[in-house]
Amino acid sequence: MMTPADPPILSVEDLRVEFGVDRNVFRAVDGVSFSVHRGRTLGIVGESGCGKSVTSLAIMRLVSAPPGRYAGGRITFDGQDLLTLPDAQMRALRGGRMGMIFQEPMTSLNPVYTCGAQIIESLKVHANLSAQAARERAIELFDLVGLPSPSKRVDDYPHQLSGGQRQRVMIALALANDPDLLIADEPTTALDVTIQAQILELMKDLQDRTGTAILLITHDLGVVAETCDEVVVMYAGTVVEQAPTAALFADPQHPYTIGLMAAVPRIDVDADRLATIEGSVPPPWAVLKGCRFASRCPLADDRCKTQPPPLRAIADAHRVACWHAPIEGARP
Amino acid sequence: MSALLEVEGLTKHFPVRRGLLRRVVGTVQAVTDVSFTVNAGETLAIVGESGCGKSTTGRALLRLIEPTSGTMRLDGTDLMTLSRADLRQMRKRMQIIFQDPYGSLNPRMTVREVLSEPLLLHGVATQANLQAKVAEVLGLCGLSSFHAERYPHEFSGGQRQRVGIARALATRPRLIVCDEPVSALDVSVQAQIVNLLQDIQKQLGVAYVFISHDLAVVRHIATRVAVMYLGRMVEEAPSAELFAAPLHPYTRSLIAAAPRPDPSAGRVHASVEGDLPSAMNPPTGCAFHPRCPLAVDRCRAERPELRTIGDTRVACHLAEPATMRAQTRPLDANTPLARRLAVLAAARTRNKETTPA
Ligand SMILES: Nc1ncnc2c1ncn2[C@@H]1O[C@H](COP(=O)(O)OP(=O)(O)OP(=O)(O)O)[C@@H](O)[C@H]1O
Ligand SMILES: Nc1ncnc2c1ncn2[C@@H]1O[C@H](COP(=O)(O)OP(=O)(O)OP(=O)(O)O)[C@@H](O)[C@H]1O
Ligand code: SF4
Ligand code: SF4
Ligand SMILES: [Mg+2]
Ligand SMILES: [Mg+2]
Repeated sequence: MMTPADPPILSVEDLRVEFGVDRNVFRAVDGVSFSVHRGRTLGIVGESGCGKSVTSLAIMRLVSAPPGRYAGGRITFDGQDLLTLPDAQMRALRGGRMGMIFQEPMTSLNPVYTCGAQIIESLKVHANLSAQAARERAIELFDLVGLPSPSKRVDDYPHQLSGGQRQRVMIALALANDPDLLIADEPTTALDVTIQAQILELMKDLQDRTGTAILLITHDLGVVAETCDEVVVMYAGTVVEQAPTAALFADPQHPYTIGLMAAVPRIDVDADRLATIEGSVPPPWAVLKGCRFASRCPLADDRCKTQPPPLRAIADAHRVACWHAPIEGARP
Repeated sequence: MSALLEVEGLTKHFPVRRGLLRRVVGTVQAVTDVSFTVNAGETLAIVGESGCGKSTTGRALLRLIEPTSGTMRLDGTDLMTLSRADLRQMRKRMQIIFQDPYGSLNPRMTVREVLSEPLLLHGVATQANLQAKVAEVLGLCGLSSFHAERYPHEFSGGQRQRVGIARALATRPRLIVCDEPVSALDVSVQAQIVNLLQDIQKQLGVAYVFISHDLAVVRHIATRVAVMYLGRMVEEAPSAELFAAPLHPYTRSLIAAAPRPDPSAGRVHASVEGDLPSAMNPPTGCAFHPRCPLAVDRCRAERPELRTIGDTRVACHLAEPATMRAQTRPLDANTPLARRLAVLAAARTRNKETTPA
């Protein structure tokens, strides 16, 4: 699979985000690059604390500062440099051409307003619709995302809906202004599998219809396999591997990617014992000179421990940050 | 041979109170008429969607929640009639671990203190051999005496879960109820804990009631699987049978909806529509009928009882012996993933041999 030739709607280059002050500064995101194209879904996958959410918040310019701060990099959305964009224009993009969906809809839906009111407000601000037109559009959107009796639901408060219904409201809100990019941070993690399947299908259908680009953040390789065109694997704030989805699963290169894939229990494959990655993720304050995975990697040698491996292409659109990849011939 | 744990007709209905006078305005039918057995050394998994009554069932087994009705026997002892004092004694034989062990660990106690308490209370250790007993339980759970002097907040999620398991194991129980023990963990750590639970079972013959919403984990760990929907058991079968030939439409939807980390498997399509109905007001007849693709008139009027078909118990009017069985496959040793995994495993073994412990 090739990357489409048209310019990406979003490109992130060498993004660095730090937290803390003085001697307690740590890099939550350290040199992350990727791009997302119209009509396509890019997944970011990795374990807790690897910097997925900080990356997505950084794109939206929603990292709280202090303690957060941009330490470098460039974010370009449809040709505009987001890091130098005036606040007012950034606000107009958020909820306008850039939609967002978060894991826990209750934290992003305002409990004191009805679900309809929140969408109507967004439509009035971004699309300049009259109150009546906005209400009609809200009902249309609720219908689109599969909420039952949409004309009644618009007058419900968030707490009156189930988790799956609230996530549908979030999606309706994110889609209200026909965004060019949808950023979805663990949109189905809190949901049951049957509801997860419904929501993922809904997002895919909407993408087919509107051509929106999706940045999907998840820790679930199953969700990646089923929804993403391309994947970025993150570990401790860095990109360790990046590839079209089919290539990543067929030909995983980085020892962390390999460990992760083997650790997932499978519903369709027999295995006596799960493979594990020994140890755990280094704490954020750990000073790591070389490869951040070295403390858990059985192939780590002196070079790994002292020099960070660069992300390099090993095949078309397939990049890996490992000194020893492909590891078949590796001898530590 | 009679089972280690026998549960019959377990029911827990919570009254719902409203208003100033706290009047009862309804009941949440959290668990209704659930029956199952657990044999020594096996794992019975309880699966189902959020709110279907898994945790309520698990807690009721230890009487952390008082059941509304039903009978429960552990090794022949009637658990329902035990006095408070006898219940405490019984907990030597039956323990529970939770999703977030942090919430159940006293933050001011070191791991040594956390483990010493049950060891001494149940007379498993004396002051004289306490040190050795603590070290033994830690060792079983992959922890070292280095960890014994630390506090729960100093641990990662996986290590905390090891402490939770160590505490449950301290008194060498026959049965441990595991309520979503790996749900909050990252996959790499989840795999470590799943393996640990399996190793412990092999070594000590402890039985598990393993509560989870993750069918892939359950398929990996369970001997038998019970599926719950809105407080009732809708299907129960040996694990291999349940995944190869699920008989209940709800079980089939659950299995179909589980995402597979394999892009060549194709995309999952939502197989059930709609949401879980309220447990305060469950649908008439078969509670699954509003979401069931096969529902007929009879389903709306008449509740299906559990029937036995082969090795399976299933509550569905239309369930028939399976004619098709899903094929699972062994892990293909010739994929790049498997080959590279072998390289990593070999390197790990080499490292262990060359670096002295
Ligand atoms: N506001 C903040 N202040 C300080 N540290 C933060 C802040 N937000 C995030 N971090 C840290 O940055 C790192 C990356 O966090 P992030 O939330 O991006 O992880 P994640 O990959 O989204 O994990 P999860 O899967 O748990 O959501 C973590 O170590 C986290 O503790
Ligand atoms: N103390 C309580 N009072 C009233 N209702 C309760 C109480 N505890 C549980 N319930 C209700 O009983 C039902 C079953 O809850 P339970 O916690 O057993 O579900 P579960 O299957 O463990 O769900 P989850 O997967 O979300 O943990 C739910 O409808 C829940 O809201
Ligand atoms: S660079 Fe070295 S330590 Fe890092 S993943 Fe590759 S082999 Fe392992
Ligand atoms: S009894 Fe009817 S509604 Fe219930 S699962 Fe069977 S076919 Fe579906
Ligand atoms: Mg996150
Ligand atoms: Mg529960």
